[in-house]
Amino acid sequence: MAADRNVAWREDLRKTMSNKERTSIPRVQMNELNAGYRARVREEVNQGLTKEQALVEAKRCLDCPNPTCMQGCPVSINIPGFIKNIERGEILEAAKVLKETSALPAVCGRVCPQEKQCESQCFYKQKLKKEAVAIGYLERFAADYERDSGHVSVPEIKEKNGMKIAVVGSGPAGLSFAGDMAKKGYSVTVFEALHEIGGVLKYGIPEFRLPNRVVDVEIDNLSKMGVLFMKDCIVGKTISVKDLENEGFKGVFVASGAGLPRFMNISGENLIGIMSSNEYLTRVNLMDASNPESDTPIYKGHNVAVIGGGNTAMDSVRTALRLGADRAMIVYRRSEEEMPARLEEVKHAKEEGVEFLTLHNPIEYIGDEKGRVTKMRLQKMELGEPDASGRRSPIEIPGAIEEIDVDEVIVSVGVSPNPLIPNSVEGLEVTPKGTIVVNEGMQSSIPMLFAGGDIVRGGATVILAMGDGRSAAAAMDLYLKK
Amino acid sequence: MNKIVSKEKFSENVVKLEVEAPLIAKSRKAGHFVIVRVGEKGERIPLTIAAADAEKGTITLVIQKIGVSSTKLCSLNVGDEITDLVGPLGKATHIENFGTVVCAGGGVGVAPLLPIVEALKKAGNRVITVLAARNKDLVILEDQMRKFSDEVIVMTDDGSSGKKGLVTNGIEEVINREKVDLCVTIGPAIMMKFVSLLTKKYEIPTVASLNTIMVDGTGMCGACRITVGGKTKFVCVDGPEFDAHQVDFDEMLMRLGAYKEEEQADMYKVR
Ligand SMILES: Cc1cc2nc3c(=O)[nH]c(=O)nc-3n(C[C@H](O)[C@H](O)[C@H](O)COP(=O)(O)OP(=O)(O)OC[C@H]3O[C@@H](n4cnc5c(N)ncnc54)[C@H](O)[C@@H]3O)c2cc1C
Ligand code: SF4
Ligand code: FES
Repeated sequence: MAADRNVAWREDLRKTMSNKERTSIPRVQMNELNAGYRARVREEVNQGLTKEQALVEAKRCLDCPNPTCMQGCPVSINIPGFIKNIERGEILEAAKVLKETSALPAVCGRVCPQEKQCESQCFYKQKLKKEAVAIGYLERFAADYERDSGHVSVPEIKEKNGMKIAVVGSGPAGLSFAGDMAKKGYSVTVFEALHEIGGVLKYGIPEFRLPNRVVDVEIDNLSKMGVLFMKDCIVGKTISVKDLENEGFKGVFVASGAGLPRFMNISGENLIGIMSSNEYLTRVNLMDASNPESDTPIYKGHNVAVIGGGNTAMDSVRTALRLGADRAMIVYRRSEEEMPARLEEVKHAKEEGVEFLTLHNPIEYIGDEKGRVTKMRLQKMELGEPDASGRRSPIEIPGAIEEIDVDEVIVSVGVSPNPLIPNSVEGLEVTPKGTIVVNEGMQSSIPMLFAGGDIVRGGATVILAMGDGRSAAAAMDLYLKK
Repeated sequence: MNKIVSKEKFSENVVKLEVEAPLIAKSRKAGHFVIVRVGEKGERIPLTIAAADAEKGTITLVIQKIGVSSTKLCSLNVGDEITDLVGPLGKATHIENFGTVVCAGGGVGVAPLLPIVEALKKAGNRVITVLAARNKDLVILEDQMRKFSDEVIVMTDDGSSGKKGLVTNGIEEVINREKVDLCVTIGPAIMMKFVSLLTKKYEIPTVASLNTIMVDGTGMCGACRITVGGKTKFVCVDGPEFDAHQVDFDEMLMRLGAYKEEEQADMYKVR
């Protein structure tokens, strides 16, 4: 990377402005829909940067000799490389730099927790105690610009090598793996259990945060590259890994995600109106249940409580607002500081009017004669010493119990790995938690079977899933060429 | 894909469809179900596979019109394609030679019972099938059941076919006359609840196949959850068959009512 920093145009670019001038530019503000309006519609909240805004923001980046931001990125994107291309107006070139490392920059620019990754390690943040360069916004800008320009570069594809590869699951891990393998000349088929391609990107993350069309473009590109998609096909049920082998598939990449919802096993949790965030979001996003045309029903609660503090919880609570809730609440047993959700989602949720009941933990639900939830009992908590995860663990305040009215509760307290593949493949090594064990090349205990994404990590992130897909592709290619 | 190759009307409200689904036909076993979706705005609904022909590559579904989705499915004709069809899902029925088995089906439960009756018979059991319906016109699959049962007892509410009485009367008649080793019941939740209460009294092991609300059918959402022996289970992956004596039927009945109002409001779409 040092080499590309020394190319003539970059050296010249650095000289066009002093660092003092660069650091005196304030960080760009994302163009957002007004909170009052957006809280009732499905439109994407963040409208993206204009080209003018992006060109100015790109100037803030100092093109550091030792770009620490890259160490914060789980896949080490060449961050100054793409930002400096924006600064000199070569946006398509910037998009190309992104694509060297990331298969899904338009997605990651929208959903990565940048404040914990690249932006947290930015020189501005670390040394100048100023706001970091808006790396995520710029990443999204470059990727969107390329898509809207109509000049999406279809990657070069090596001559077909005649080898068939199967991918299980079409989330970010599966899609990025498929793309890389197609480029290397393999014939790739992606098997997906649901009737839609995209995994969590489609059924989980809502339209107001990640529009489906952004994901569809990526899927279309893969189709253009010759990747086949087989929907409604569950590997381990409809067809077994053995069947795939017998049909001549030389390698299988398992990217089946962590789709199983956890519940808290407290009294009344099976009352009507209480459901997992997976069920709630699947009904609304995948089944379009809030559209009167859709046959799938959804209950539109008035007083909605969402249990949890992650992205899934934020997505659920903001969906409840959009379905017309009068009161939408986050109930979280730790304090706001410990919330795993992206900072921006918490900010957006607050602006839209979501109430935050932090340091509260549900202990019981109470229903009416029809079995519909009407009330929940909450135990108030306070913060104790840091626990194994490094977060300060919540402890109960004896006797401090509150009761509030609710008619819908969304439980969003985490997910477990999808057991379908682990259960159906004999001899596959899994951890006690049910994740598949792999080596550094994402290879499992069965040599032809590789795995990555949430099925290996438990509930993690899009960027890590994407990165796993790419590492697995590189490793499987080596393995098959041996 | 998923093309309908034959259609037969059992009664005004019950239709049999044979559908092209070669992979599912090959891998399915008795007790498995599929998730079906009709139309791009369609809902995902579970249906038990009533029969399959691996050579022809087809599966058979028996559908009773109850809501919007089942009505849409029943209105499809030979040559039409079902938008989505995925499976086989759930755990297969545990089949072995138990001895004498009473298979009790009512309403929509009769169709999913058929492959189980067939499998139990083939495993060497003495199979006595009790079919219950409100009246003669609603009794379905009687002939097919006879093929694989040592005896078929038909019970109707009004006595218009077979004997007058409830499914439990039919079962009790068998229990009183011979030793029963196992009871398998599929039907409306309320029926299974009473079958379960009856066989519990006589300490006869009983398996119930539960038809809860589902969305994905793969363990992803928890819409299908119920309580069995005090623990929460997902019907789509842990079931659909459970030890009936452990199932909290009252909770299940309550949960089945979750979307009653929304469903009724949607019926204008198919009227
Ligand atoms: C609501 C929500 C919001 C989130 N927000 C963020 C965020 O803002 N930022 C972030 O970085 N991460 C976020 N995450 C986490 C992120 O989405 C996941 O870490 C990521 O999608 C994992 O990718 P994956 O490819 O491993 O699996 P998934 O995206 O889960 O895809 C797995 C796919 O495999 C299919 N499948 C499973 N078993 C089989 C089988 N046997 N045969 C065929 N197909 C099968 C599933 O149906 C699914 O489509 C969020 C998650 C949720 C649920
Ligand atoms: S992929 Fe995510 S972590 Fe990496 S640079 Fe982009 S926003 Fe930052
Ligand atoms: S139907 Fe979704 S978990 Fe069973």
